[in-house]
Amino acid sequence: MSKKLFEIKTKTIVAIGLGAALFTLLFMFVKIPTGIPETQIQTAYGVGAMFAAMFGPIAGFLIAFIGHALSDAVQYGSPWWSWVVSSGISCFIVGLCYTKLHVEDGIFEKKDMILFNVYQIVANALAWILISPVLDIVVYGEPANLVFTQGVVAAISNAVSMGVIGTILLKLYAGTRSKKGSLSKG
Amino acid sequence: MKAKLFDYVERDNFVYRLSGITKLLAFIFLTFAVMFTYDLRSILCILVFSFFVLWLSEIRFSQIRLMCWYVLVFLIMNAILTYIFNPEYGVEIYGTRHELLRLNGRYTLTLEQLFYQGTKFVKYVSVIPLGMIFLFTTDPSEFAASLNSIGVSYKAAYAVALTLRYFPDMVRDYEDIALAQQSRGMDLSKKEKLTVRAKNMINICVPLIFSTMDRIELITNAMDLRSFGKHKKRTWYAKKPLKGCDYAVIGGSIAVFAAVMLVAIFINHGRYWNPFI
Repeated sequence: MSKKLFEIKTKTIVAIGLGAALFTLLFMFVKIPTGIPETQIQTAYGVGAMFAAMFGPIAGFLIAFIGHALSDAVQYGSPWWSWVVSSGISCFIVGLCYTKLHVEDGIFEKKDMILFNVYQIVANALAWILISPVLDIVVYGEPANLVFTQGVVAAISNAVSMGVIGTILLKLYAGTRSKKGSLSKG
Repeated sequence: MKAKLFDYVERDNFVYRLSGITKLLAFIFLTFAVMFTYDLRSILCILVFSFFVLWLSEIRFSQIRLMCWYVLVFLIMNAILTYIFNPEYGVEIYGTRHELLRLNGRYTLTLEQLFYQGTKFVKYVSVIPLGMIFLFTTDPSEFAASLNSIGVSYKAAYAVALTLRYFPDMVRDYEDIALAQQSRGMDLSKKEKLTVRAKNMINICVPLIFSTMDRIELITNAMDLRSFGKHKKRTWYAKKPLKGCDYAVIGGSIAVFAAVMLVAIFINHGRYWNPFI
């Protein structure tokens, strides 16, 4: 079955709904400390990237957008919009590799891993070093020095999360799926 | 752990009786107005207004105590970081320099910097009650209906409804898995080394994610069997029709938004109000 990049099936909608719930949960409660104070690796981005790679860019965008907005709203009362949008965009860009991967058919080889990681590194660099600082300055009037430094830190820690957790999860999930044509006539 | 996203308790007062659409629109207009402006006068008006509505909505302090702590920590961190990275930002914006205190060559305390950071602090404080009011006084099942009514595609709105519906289930699953793994000797506390702790956390996430995948299949089939997405529009059971007071509130918040923008454009000629010249 060929995949279209921006197609929305019922399954995409359900994946968005449940993916966003998972994203919210992980974003709020499951963070890996790095040893540097106030800097934690958000496992949520690894899962967001996994869902984006499996369900496409629109799913990726909405999962991260809804998930981040909800957890911000619940914890701080109001979402920090510039970062919420950047989260969405980072998972949107990762989702662009959706048509090239076939994880649901149990295929996730070395070249797929490299492809996924190239996409996620580009996505994080764009979203956190370019888009979120610019939005912070335009929308909130934050000082440039501060937001670019925060952006670089976020880009690195989210790239680690997507690269390590995302890749492991996709590999594990591909392993549970039966490959196409894996049955042979006896 | 907090299993419910929206700690919704039904009450009967003016704020609760408003439709979800009204509250969503008012929230959007007022927060965007505050987000844009750095005019302390406009912000203070909205601050007073938002605390008045918070009082009107009879939300108890116990409901929002945790949130207040998070916000306070965030604001203090932001203030400290802003000062460390840009101690001269206020001078840059307002173009004058009133020095109060000199710490060393780079770090001096200026009236402009204090005014900028003070305005920023009040700015963020004034939107928090708005978010709280919206979160605590809107019925979660009405939320999706409201999103759809303001123009969000109903499929995206339905995804949000699914998120709200399944979040508590997922928190419960997560706790079950975490407890089960801990009873098998998996340590998540600070006693364990960092790398081992990270690995253990992933070991808890994996079953959660895989069960979510199964659940996605299940719900998709159920929805497909009920012909979800066949038509261009859908109706919502939880939707509240708009009444006179809803239109008044929507009109009021648009007026506040417009007023803040007009003050910024015609009086301040920019986002910043400069009392120094």
